[in-house]
Amino acid sequence: MAVDTKKVDEIIAGYEKSEESLLAILQDFQREFNYVPEEGMEKLSELFGVPASKIYAMGTFYKALSLEPTGRHTCKVCTGTACHLKGASNVVDVIGRQLKIRPGETTKDMRFTLQTVNCVGACALAPVVVVDDKDYYEGASPQNILKNLKNYK
Amino acid sequence: MDYLSSREEFTALQERLCSDYNADIPTIIIPAGTCGQASGASDLVRTAQREIIRRKLQDKLHLRVTGCHGFCQMEPSVLIEPAGTFYPRVDITGMKRIIDALVRQEVVEDLLFVDEETGQRIARQDDIPFYRHQSRLLLSQNEKIDPLDVYDYLRIGGYFAFVRLLADMEPRQVIEEVKDSELRGRGGAGFPTGMKWEFLSGAADGKGKYIVCNADEGDPGAYMDRSLLEGNPHSIIEGMLIGAYATGADQGVMYVRTEYPLAIKHLNNALKQSRALGLLGGNILGSGFSFDISLVKGAGAFVCGEETALMRSIEGRMGEPCQRPPFPVQKGIHGKPTLINNVETWANIPVVLRDGAQEYRKTGRMNTGTKIFSLVGKIKNTGLVEVPMGTPVREIIYDIGGGQSGKAGIKAVQTGGPSGGCIPAGMFDIPISYESLAQAGSIMGSGGMIVMDGNTCMIDVAKYFMNFLKDESCGKCFACRKGTQRMFELLDDIASGRGTLNHLKILEELALILKDVAMCGLGQTAPNPVLSTLKYFREEYLEHIEHKRCPAGVCKGLISFTISELCTGCGACVKACPEQAITGEKKQRHVIDQDRCSRCGACKSICKFEAVEIH
Repeated sequence: MAVDTKKVDEIIAGYEKSEESLLAILQDFQREFNYVPEEGMEKLSELFGVPASKIYAMGTFYKALSLEPTGRHTCKVCTGTACHLKGASNVVDVIGRQLKIRPGETTKDMRFTLQTVNCVGACALAPVVVVDDKDYYEGASPQNILKNLKNYK
Repeated sequence: MDYLSSREEFTALQERLCSDYNADIPTIIIPAGTCGQASGASDLVRTAQREIIRRKLQDKLHLRVTGCHGFCQMEPSVLIEPAGTFYPRVDITGMKRIIDALVRQEVVEDLLFVDEETGQRIARQDDIPFYRHQSRLLLSQNEKIDPLDVYDYLRIGGYFAFVRLLADMEPRQVIEEVKDSELRGRGGAGFPTGMKWEFLSGAADGKGKYIVCNADEGDPGAYMDRSLLEGNPHSIIEGMLIGAYATGADQGVMYVRTEYPLAIKHLNNALKQSRALGLLGGNILGSGFSFDISLVKGAGAFVCGEETALMRSIEGRMGEPCQRPPFPVQKGIHGKPTLINNVETWANIPVVLRDGAQEYRKTGRMNTGTKIFSLVGKIKNTGLVEVPMGTPVREIIYDIGGGQSGKAGIKAVQTGGPSGGCIPAGMFDIPISYESLAQAGSIMGSGGMIVMDGNTCMIDVAKYFMNFLKDESCGKCFACRKGTQRMFELLDDIASGRGTLNHLKILEELALILKDVAMCGLGQTAPNPVLSTLKYFREEYLEHIEHKRCPAGVCKGLISFTISELCTGCGACVKACPEQAITGEKKQRHVIDQDRCSRCGACKSICKFEAVEIH
């Protein structure tokens, strides 16, 4: 998938040309494109004089960065301890089976990316599912969550 | 916003804010932290705003949107000042009725909190058992301020401690005061804060010392730092200002995890306001003292809470830990001396300096001050609780937490997250202190307190943490990379019915080796959940191994669901089953197809007749 290289340049231009800015730039890529594009990493390597392997390593190290394009909606199932005790793994299983993907993967039609997240810090609402980083579903269960996901096209 | 260029201007502003504020006007307070918003607080805020405008009540009623107050279970909630009336789980109609009643100076009786034990309604927040048994030294500030408005923080005396010491105290005296308070790090290990500061202060002079606020709250099940960052960001900035003055640091960094978008928003806003007021930046209040703070966002790596990994992440690199020594205070960010404290530690600093070390020390037994815990899991009152050090575990779980949430009795409590351990119910009389928790095989940790009941399988818990740790192990040192992986496999074998007694032997051996040889804190503490469950719940392990049975009915490889004659054939489970594994005629006993069943338990949780049995 080709990305807008103008946008890539724009993001890089907003930062000081030092290694210290790398992580922040990669995070901006992630937000802008929903993933970290190869073009972006190559450009950074060229401009900053940092080996591409090092930047690629960061892309794989940090969970919030993805090297694959993600879907239109990200469905994050919290698997923190409180959520786990209250059945989050069943929620992950049932969504995964319904969408035919495993955590970390994206559906073929690019509609959903399923992710698990360590803790969103809303333990009173356990188990929690967060869609698109803004819609919080509390008390998620195998029954109600599929119904809620239907609203995302 | 006026730029303040002297102490006099600061004092004048603070006095003006206090005298302009009329505390007698009723104020509607709506907590809207992440969990508040998720449970509908934003709708309440909109309703309240609209009603106040529609009915032209601007002069008679105030509205304050704040951070989290701690009683997350009851959100969205509403608190009324100055009366202190508390309304739990308010909906939009309820909000309108509360406003109606306020205008008539009345209380909406049927919306008040009901004490389940006595059946009585309780009007005032302070009288509710959940709050009554706490000492909310830090958290009580959250309800008094709008976190997006620095003037609110100034009005309740914010930045006063810093401004006073800037003029009246030598850095040396500030460090002495912090040492005297006996404050210890709230991030986990409990290192004396004053001593850490002294090290930085003594590190080579000259430009370029860093102080860092570690807000990479990664422990699953712990969220007290989030509530402080969201609800009272200026208290952390003030703490860091005091730390910088005392140690001679000129650069500050807040490292916040990316999973907390609201906290990041509030912090950025707070930093902007403090700079605009001249409380951050060059020549603060004309004193010649300069300090500024930048915010760095984490990117979802648990190990970055470890201080050497955190520093590398701040430098923009991959967050892998390094060998210590050299310690951060000798060689930290970009090789400069660096001091790292946790969010809650920083939030305690202004309190220490405001009240004085002597006064601060009066709170708490065994250790000084308070500790905030996030009380979650199978407990009635989920939320954030702040108690004096030395409070017995039992008091937190039963008096504040209200005991178990389900029918199964409480079995254990897990503290310290993936680095901590489980404390069995028989030991709930131990007081909360760094030493006593360590003695029990757990740690204070950052403050997660996860309650487990009879429906929790301890092997599943150990497996859960090991799965977490094997994913989060950075892979740099062999012992941790392979050790956590192998321990997970052993636990998985036991949970799936493939375990032998030899598994236990290897598990214990591996755990002790990993403790000794791992490079950083993540690996060294990784065996704790296994060791502590083995110590206190060995029978459960043996039950899995010898009888291939999971007593709690959790481990999927060892259980099956069947439907007993109690079944009325209502069909609720048929609809609930995500696998379409249940069949049966109406009003006839249903059957589960064991081949299709994924053992998710949806049928059991929906059945009203307790007809679904676990074997």
